[in-house]
Amino acid sequence: MKTFKLASASALALAGATWGGTAAAEDLTLCWAAWDPANALVELSKDFEAQSGHTMNFEFVPWPNFADRMLNELNSGGKLCDLLIGDSQWIGGGAENGHYVKLNDFFDAEGISMDDFADAAVYAYSTWPKGTENYYALPAMGDANGWFYRKDWFTDPEIMAAYEAETGQALREPESQKELMQIAKFFQGREIDGQERYGVSIFTERGSEGITMGVTGALYAWGFQYENEPGSYDMVGAVNSAEAVEALEFYKELYECCTPPGYTNSYMGESLDAFKSGQVAMAMNWFAFFPGLFADPDIGGEKIDFFVNPPQNKDASTLGGQGISVVSYSDKQDAALEYIKWFAQPEVQQRWWDLGGYAVHKSVLEDPSFIESQPFAGDFLEAMNAVQDFWQEPTYAELLLAMQERIHNYVVADQGTAQEALDMLIEDWTEVFEDDGKL
Amino acid sequence: MSDSIADKAARATPPRVARKVRGLSDRAIAWIFVAPTIFLLLAINIFPLIWTIRLSFTDFRANRQGREVEWVGLRNYERILTDSDVWLSMQATAHFLIWTIALQVILGFALAWLINRKFKGNDLWTTIIVLPMMLSPAVVGNFWSFLYQPQIGLFNYVIAFLTGQNASSFDMLGSVDLAPWSIVIVDTWMWTPFVMLICLAGLRSIPDYIYEAAEIDRASQWRQFFTITIPMVLPFLMLAVLFRGIENFKMFDLVVQLTGGGPGNVTTLTSIDLKREAFEKWRTGYASAYAIILFVTVFGLASIYVKALNKVKER
Repeated sequence: MKTFKLASASALALAGATWGGTAAAEDLTLCWAAWDPANALVELSKDFEAQSGHTMNFEFVPWPNFADRMLNELNSGGKLCDLLIGDSQWIGGGAENGHYVKLNDFFDAEGISMDDFADAAVYAYSTWPKGTENYYALPAMGDANGWFYRKDWFTDPEIMAAYEAETGQALREPESQKELMQIAKFFQGREIDGQERYGVSIFTERGSEGITMGVTGALYAWGFQYENEPGSYDMVGAVNSAEAVEALEFYKELYECCTPPGYTNSYMGESLDAFKSGQVAMAMNWFAFFPGLFADPDIGGEKIDFFVNPPQNKDASTLGGQGISVVSYSDKQDAALEYIKWFAQPEVQQRWWDLGGYAVHKSVLEDPSFIESQPFAGDFLEAMNAVQDFWQEPTYAELLLAMQERIHNYVVADQGTAQEALDMLIEDWTEVFEDDGKL
Repeated sequence: MSDSIADKAARATPPRVARKVRGLSDRAIAWIFVAPTIFLLLAINIFPLIWTIRLSFTDFRANRQGREVEWVGLRNYERILTDSDVWLSMQATAHFLIWTIALQVILGFALAWLINRKFKGNDLWTTIIVLPMMLSPAVVGNFWSFLYQPQIGLFNYVIAFLTGQNASSFDMLGSVDLAPWSIVIVDTWMWTPFVMLICLAGLRSIPDYIYEAAEIDRASQWRQFFTITIPMVLPFLMLAVLFRGIENFKMFDLVVQLTGGGPGNVTTLTSIDLKREAFEKWRTGYASAYAIILFVTVFGLASIYVKALNKVKER
C-alpha cells in the first residue's frame, strides 16, 4: 500500500508539473484489443497527431490474449503502454496496485467533467472504489452484449407462417429470454435455401472470459446479484438464488437445444463466423461489432437487424467496454494526458461515434439525431441504461477463472447441476476474498 | 628436443597474464576456467530453483508487489495435495502420457521395422513420415482443430464414411468422452516419427552377422525378433520413452491450441493448470509449490527410469 501511495503521488506530481503546457513531441503507445473499433481509433488519432505533433503507435492484442498480455505488462511495471484501454474489470487492480494514474486533479485542472459522460459508463469504466469520485480512466468505449438476427428470414412469409403454425405466435424480435429460446428451437435444424440452419450462436468459451460474458446475459435478466448487499461480499442466497439457478439451467438448455454442432468453445470470433456463414438465425455479441456486421455485403444491410438482450424478470445486459487510462510506469505521462484531454472533447467524441467507436459522451448520446444515426443506436442506448458488470475487484482474474470453470463444467461438460455449480462458485469466490483479506 | 603443447601455450601467454597466474596451482587455474560456467548455472538454474522453493512456503503474489508476504509453512503443499481439481489434472496427464507413449512406441517401432527393409523409395517415405514432427505444435493444433470440426472436418467425414454415422453427430474436441482421445491422436500423429527415428537407429546398429549366425542355427524369424532384435533395440526404445515422457509431462501448447483444457477440465493437464495458477490467478506461492511437486515427481520418476535404462544397457 505504501508503495502504491508513493507511486501514485509521484505520478501525480509528475503529471501535475507538466500537463499545464504542451509537451515536447513524443512517441506515444496506446494499447488495446485487436478488433474493429481499434481500427477506428487509429483513424481518429490521426487528428491528434496533426494537432499535437506527437506520434501515436498502437499495440493491439487479440482478445483471447489481451488480458494475459496486458496484465503481465502492468504487473511487471512495463513501459510498453503509455495509454491503456483496459477492460472495465481491471479498474480495481489498476487503481489498488498503482498501475493507473489517478485522474481527478487532471480532470479538475482541465475542466473535464465526468457529468458529461453517461452515468453507467463513468461508474463502470472510471471509478474505484465503485461509485466514488475517484477516477482512474476516462470512459472510452461503451459496450454491452447484444443480439443480431437474420431479418430476411424473420420477414420471409413462408418462414413466418411456419413459425405461427408451430407456436401460435408471430415471428418477431424476442421480447423475453424464453421467447428467444422458442425462436431458436424453431430454426434449429430447419432447411432454408437448401441448407440446414441452426438457432443461435452463444458464448461457450473456456479459456478467457467467454462463457461468463454469455451466461451473465441470462443471469442478469433473471435478476442475478453478486452480493446480498453491495460491498458486503455476502453471496449466499444471491449468487445461488432460485432465479440464478433457473437462468443457468436456461443457458444450458439453450446451448444444448439450439447451437450449431462443434460450438463448444465459442466466443466473439466463432459467434461472428456462425452468423456470417449463414449457419444461425440469431447470435450474441458485443455492440462493438455491429457497425461491421451492418456493413457486411453478404449478411448486412437489409438482411440483418439488432436487438438488446431480452429481459426475463428485468431489463439487463452484460457490460462490455473500456476506459482509457494513463499507465503510471510511462515516462511520457504528460503527452498521454494530452491525448486524454483531446479525446474528451465533444467534437472528437462525435467523430469517434461516426467512425464506429461507441462514444459515451452525453453530447453524442443525447443528440436528437443519435437514435437514427445507426440501426443499432437505439438498442445501444437501451442496453447501456441497464448494464451490469462482473466483479471489478483487484482479484477479478481469479474470480473470473472460477466462474469460467464452474459454468463451463456445467453447461458444456454436463457435470453436476446448476445448483451445485453456483454453490461451488460461492465456495471458490469466498476463498479468493478470504485470501485477499476481504472476508 | 621439440616443444610440448604446454611449453607452446606458456610462450603464447602474455607476460602480464603469466605473472598473475604464476604460483597458482593447476587446480586453481582449472577453477578459474570452470567458474564462469558454474556461475551461469547457479544464476539461471539453481538460484531460481531455490527461490521457487522459498516462495512455495509463502502467500506471495507477483501482481501485488506492495503486499506484505506471509510465511505459510506447508499450507500450499497441503492445499495442492488435497485439491480434487489438481488430482483430476494429474489423472488427465497420466491418461495422456500412458496412451501417447504406448501408441508411439508401438507405431514408431512398427514404422522403423518397415522402413528398415530395403525397398524402392525408402528415403522418400522416411522424409514424408518425419514431416509432422518438423511442424510447430501451434500450427498442428490449429489445423487439427479444423480437421476435428464436426461440420466441415475431414476427420469426422472419414469416421462417418467408415462407420456410417452422421459426421456432425460427434464432436471430438467438445465431447467429454472424446476430447482426451483427440489430444492423444494428435500427439501420436506428430511424435511417432521421432520414436521411429530412434528405433531405426537401434535397428541399424544391429550387426548383420548376428542374424547370419542365427540363420545358420536355423532360428525362426520370430525367434530372431524376440532374441536379437527386441533386446538390442530395447535401450533405444527406453530412451525414446524417456524423451517422450519428459516432453509430454510438460505438454502445453498443442493441447491449449486444441481444447484449451476443456471441455470442463478433462484435458487440463498439470502444465495448463500450473500456468493458470501462476499467470492467470497470480497465486505465485501456491504455483511455486505446485511446480516443486511436479519437479520432484518428474525428477524422481526419471531417476528411477535412468537407473533401469543403465541396467538394460549393461546386459
